[in-house]
Amino acid sequence: MHRPKTWLLLFVLLIAACAQVQDKINPYYFDILITIGINIVLGVSLNLVNGYTGQFSLGHAGFMAVGAYAAAAASIGITFTYFDAPSANAILAYLADPDQMLFFIVRPLAWLIHFGIWAFLAIMNAILFIHNEVVSHLQLLPRIPQFVGALCYGGGIAALAGFAVGVPSLRLKGDYLAIVTLGFGEIIRVVIQNTEAVGGSRGLSIPSRETGLFGTYLAVALTVYVVVLLVHSTYGRGFLTVRDDEIAAEAMGINTTKYKVIAFVVAAFFAGVAGGLYAHFKQFIHPEGFGFLRSVDIVVIVILGGMGNTPGVILAAILLTILPEGLRALAGWDVLPMSVREIVQNRMILYSLLLIGLMLTRPQGLFSGGGKITKWLKGRASA
Amino acid sequence: MTEFLQQLINGLSLGSIYALIALGYTMVYGVLKFINFAHGDVYMVGAFAGYYLAPWVWKVIPQGKDATAFSWSTSAGAFAVLLLSMALCAALGILIEKLVYKPLRSRPRLTVLITAIGVSIFLENFGQYLFGADPKSFPEILPDRAIEGLGDLTVMVNQAVVLVVTLILLVVLRFIVMKTKMGTAMRALSFNPTAASLMGVNNDVIISFTFGLGSALAAAAGILNAINYPSIDPLMGILPGIKAFVAAVLGGIGNLGGAVLGGIILGVLETLVVGYVSPMYRDAIAFAVLILILLFKPNGLLGRAEKEKV
Amino acid sequence: MTPLLEVDRCTVQFGGLKAVAEMNLSIRQGELVGLIGPNGAGKTTAFNLITGVYQPTEGDIRFEGRSVVGRRPYQITARGIARTFQNIRLFASLTVFDNVRAACNMHLRHGISHALWRGVAFTREEREVEEMAEELLAIFHLDHLRDVECTGLPYGDQRRLEIVRALATRPKLLLLDEPAAGMNPTEKVELMRLIQFTQEKFKLAVLLVEHDMRVVMSICERIAVLDYGVKIAEGTPEEIRNDRRVIEAYLGE
Repeated sequence: MHRPKTWLLLFVLLIAACAQVQDKINPYYFDILITIGINIVLGVSLNLVNGYTGQFSLGHAGFMAVGAYAAAAASIGITFTYFDAPSANAILAYLADPDQMLFFIVRPLAWLIHFGIWAFLAIMNAILFIHNEVVSHLQLLPRIPQFVGALCYGGGIAALAGFAVGVPSLRLKGDYLAIVTLGFGEIIRVVIQNTEAVGGSRGLSIPSRETGLFGTYLAVALTVYVVVLLVHSTYGRGFLTVRDDEIAAEAMGINTTKYKVIAFVVAAFFAGVAGGLYAHFKQFIHPEGFGFLRSVDIVVIVILGGMGNTPGVILAAILLTILPEGLRALAGWDVLPMSVREIVQNRMILYSLLLIGLMLTRPQGLFSGGGKITKWLKGRASA
Repeated sequence: MTEFLQQLINGLSLGSIYALIALGYTMVYGVLKFINFAHGDVYMVGAFAGYYLAPWVWKVIPQGKDATAFSWSTSAGAFAVLLLSMALCAALGILIEKLVYKPLRSRPRLTVLITAIGVSIFLENFGQYLFGADPKSFPEILPDRAIEGLGDLTVMVNQAVVLVVTLILLVVLRFIVMKTKMGTAMRALSFNPTAASLMGVNNDVIISFTFGLGSALAAAAGILNAINYPSIDPLMGILPGIKAFVAAVLGGIGNLGGAVLGGIILGVLETLVVGYVSPMYRDAIAFAVLILILLFKPNGLLGRAEKEKV
Repeated sequence: MTPLLEVDRCTVQFGGLKAVAEMNLSIRQGELVGLIGPNGAGKTTAFNLITGVYQPTEGDIRFEGRSVVGRRPYQITARGIARTFQNIRLFASLTVFDNVRAACNMHLRHGISHALWRGVAFTREEREVEEMAEELLAIFHLDHLRDVECTGLPYGDQRRLEIVRALATRPKLLLLDEPAAGMNPTEKVELMRLIQFTQEKFKLAVLLVEHDMRVVMSICERIAVLDYGVKIAEGTPEEIRNDRRVIEAYLGE
């Protein structure tokens, strides 16, 4: 749209004004509003990858997890102890043990493995050093800058994770990419589960509830701004060409890998920010909450809204956040027989039926296909 | 050394289960070119079918008093449970295909993939609703004892049965695929659906047949596994489903021999890693293998590369 | 003078089949060369080789003296080779105008930060891209259709759009894969005129694959003939018309 920066500023002022009265809102509705905001960020960011670039990622919750845990660690001030000589020596001693199976493979390559292990640990230590430095500096900041810093840090680490996952994976197509991203999402979850410093499988408590309406909806505004403006530019048209026909896109001089990775990294960043917001809202995070089903949740939002249809995805996020609440109310309705009420209560049964039904009847999403709002936005959004 | 052999046998047993499930994935992929996410849950349904069918079967075929005896009535009972469960799940597979996948046959593969995810979630949650989420104990349809006379090696009757039944099923499958008309039609379909239908193949029937066959094998896997590990619950199909899928990809998706090879390799690898390194990495192995294979040899060990026509 | 494009003893092997075998071809700047042969002779494969979609199993391909083997297609396009496709590959979700603008991406100076900030530099460059796209569309009489979804266009227009799109990458060598397919005789004449016009105006070399002999014979300066992946003849239209091997290849012995 013309003057997008002006619209962004106006929106930010609006939410700043609303945030002033946020204490007056009923806590139940407040919670729903925050959750809606987080889901919008997740849906719109995934839409960049799945909808606009046509790459099917099933591991978005993994990046949310990375962001949540990184932001939480920054807030709480969790630092990691470095890998040191004893642990390196322990690994080497284990590999040198003649009783264990890998011995015959390991022996001839001993010096290479020595070097490899030291190099690996050195790199890990460098990463940990950066983390510890950032965290200790953030701890010195006052409350709000610290929160913002933690969110940015969460997003940044998630973006790095997005890069690390994206570069090797994005050369795969369709089903295969979906499975690999699913796999990486699970691996991230398992790694977190085995990291005692952030609570492992016991979960992590975050003492301060920093997330408010302003923070959440500022993130929403920025996510929508970035995704929409990025795609509706000549540069951003590259994403769409990758979706439509990769071979033709390459033939027209478009570096398809670069675009895929950029989409992936940007989406991961915002997923990480959403994770950070979530961590400082629920005040308790747990690796199980960021698994495959969470990724499917986000994918459903994107599909329901229509792949490549940002306004639709926003509406879908709102709808899918409110729906469980509505169902919960319905479950309390005495008029319905008990068995129906039980099924209604089981959100996942209805979710899956919704998914199947949607794919059978309207795979382009509920809100897409020549919608007037979309056409209007498209017309205004091109520079 | 006996320890290693023992682990190997355990691995083969586990690998057989994976192989049976993987065959279903690979057959469906070969014929429809999509990954049936819900396949692992058919495995679960198979196990539960056995759970509910066993008491009825035992009413018809009375079991002997001696629980450790490997008698004719015991094996007949077990056999009946297996076959009935396989038939039931074959029907379920065909039903799912007709209701949900068939209308989507001309749609992009991703649409079907998402639908399959939906079916999978539905089966798991509806199963929880229907059967209850708590684990149940699978009835002992075969006596739980070791085979005598093997020295230090402990091979349970159950494990031996798993290996033998898997072998039999594989032989039967190979016969069906290679020597029967249905099997030839299946193979034709997997190469070129249009040509196949022009040659008089009724694609719908063959696709239903493929689904039925794959689901029957998954059900068999479910029962065979439940014989060894009697705890069953509605979510039991998730991990084996993913691992079997990895096995299918490892062997080369679309390739029947590859599915078996992949299953065995994965089963043995998993058992060895758990036994010799750490039980913590049991589930991670499958994911690690998946990522390595997809990054370095996406067509699997026995698969062929398909070049896109430009 | 070094030829613009040199295909040097290139072979592409798929399994046991040599789709292209020891092919030699060179094209000079500004030349209009035709590539003909019976169906399945390897013409599109040759295109795919030159544009980097396939890698030769043997041999080399040089553009402006430098090898392009091993380069990704988008890098080869950046060097100055553009193409159209035998089965039209337009960007289905984009309009006519956007299809052309999409091909301008490789020359953009602005990136993500500009797209987000939308400052003066961004607006200016967007304007430049718009103007160039409009100009190209006007030459090919497609400007009145600029906001139409490209999938709604008639077949002939879609083919012309593909050519416009390829031209938007500002190539030095244009590969046209059966551009006249599906056109009626009037459209074909117009197309021939357009190809010659663009060649002169943009100082392009053109490699043309076509089945319509009239088109090929009338505009090509030189013609190469492929059969079963092997170049069996090369020369002026007159020479090719009378070449015995060519006649045999097309009509059989």
